[in-house]
Amino acid sequence: MSLIEYTQIWLEAFVTLSLFSFLYKDNPCYKITEHVFAGLSAGYYFGLIWHAVILQQMIDPMFDNGKWWLFIPGILGVLMFSRFSQKYSWISRLSLAFVMGNTAGIFLLSELHGKVLPQMQSTMLSLGFENGLGSFVLAVIVVAGVISTLTYFYFSREHKGLLGGVARVGIWFIMISFGAHFGYTVMARISLLIGRVQFLYFDWIGSIINLFS
Amino acid sequence: MTFQQFSLSNDVRNLASASRLGIFPIILLTILIFLIPAFSFAQADSDPSANSYFRADRINALIAMVLFSVVILIYTRWAKAGKDLFIRKINGLDEVEEAVGRATEMGRPVLFVPGIGEIDEIETIAGVSILGRVARITARYETPLLVPVRYPMVLAAGQEVVQQAYIEEGKADSYDKDIVRYVAGEQFAFTATVNGFMMRERPATNIYMGAFFAESLLLAETGNAAGSIQIAGTAQPAQLPFFIAACDYTLMGEELYAASAYLSREPLLLGGLKGQDWMKVLIIILIFLGIMLVSAGVSDWYLSMFESV
Repeated sequence: MSLIEYTQIWLEAFVTLSLFSFLYKDNPCYKITEHVFAGLSAGYYFGLIWHAVILQQMIDPMFDNGKWWLFIPGILGVLMFSRFSQKYSWISRLSLAFVMGNTAGIFLLSELHGKVLPQMQSTMLSLGFENGLGSFVLAVIVVAGVISTLTYFYFSREHKGLLGGVARVGIWFIMISFGAHFGYTVMARISLLIGRVQFLYFDWIGSIINLFS
Repeated sequence: MTFQQFSLSNDVRNLASASRLGIFPIILLTILIFLIPAFSFAQADSDPSANSYFRADRINALIAMVLFSVVILIYTRWAKAGKDLFIRKINGLDEVEEAVGRATEMGRPVLFVPGIGEIDEIETIAGVSILGRVARITARYETPLLVPVRYPMVLAAGQEVVQQAYIEEGKADSYDKDIVRYVAGEQFAFTATVNGFMMRERPATNIYMGAFFAESLLLAETGNAAGSIQIAGTAQPAQLPFFIAACDYTLMGEELYAASAYLSREPLLLGGLKGQDWMKVLIIILIFLGIMLVSAGVSDWYLSMFESV
């Protein structure tokens, strides 16, 4: 194992243990790691945006492929620098308004097409026994789940009486779904933890044994 | 300029007021503006993959959007005319003012995290909108507020909204640009910095509103360990269970979008919320109709209306 590999493993182990040390309490090792992490990410993202966005998506297509209209988003980006001036900072609102307006418009269509309409279509299931009892039960669960969950998110009436009852069924469906999500995500996090522990056990402690043997 | 004034709907509203003709001619005009070029450029061939200006296969979405917009404009008009538009109690939101009051009494700051999404995510826009309402309360009580953000565009939007809130409360002198601050672009570098802040500054109240991902439990658990009152809201189903487990109050899914209307009672936002409710009722009716037709075996034409391409 070379010196560079040793340095890399020890640095990784230091950073991992420093971050884990936050479980005990805030300490200087955690602070060092936190600041290095934040600083590195700022530099990394500057480089990433310069190459992946400004060069690859604006400058190169403009000059190499003649997509001259890309100067318009470029100008909108430059307008953001007006925030450095007290007097002209209002100009940056144009870019912000453009992005926010676009977001609302695009989101409305994509949600309708990507989620609302397919969900509606998938909920329109036959409540008959032609496909057997299992299909019937499944259809009832799907229909009840969608309708009651939608009802829970109805804000125009107090949740009392029949509406309250249906909304309560809805919250049960939501909580069951959250429980499934919780279990699934916790399992994914445990696998991340196992990966870190394996690194510390095999790579780091392995490197110590390697050093003294 | 408030956050809401960024929206095109407000311009439409002003235009309608100025024209003295009401909102309906504006709706018709919008539809005409949309349809004239669409039909002009529409290709005779209705092949959906053709490079057409008008996608006939998406007419269902157009109808839904026009219907949705009209309903929202009608409700906005009613709200402006002073009609009482009822919204049921949303528990977490009623606690926001109380939580800020607690921070004031304790002399400790309020931490507001508008998620880790870019400004082109609707959850972030909702989070920034709620930030405006929270900033008004902190400005009123002169409670220190800190808003760490992950993206420069969210920084700009957040600063605009917070500054406006301070001006509206007559506390322009108390506004500091560093209330909203850029922390780090990397997800876990951002999380590590915010966690560090929580343990050092011990904010009395943490409010998380926006798009959250794997960092949700890291933030909420640290806030819990720091003894802060925590109110969270996100539309990410995978993260909501963690917020529910670790926060005092949680806004789920659409409650996040309803929050700014609930807190501000502004006609424009109330109109949007009531319009959404109306659409939900319509969706439930259409689903029931579909179930009856499918069960009767005569549903092909009906189901094709909900095809998405």
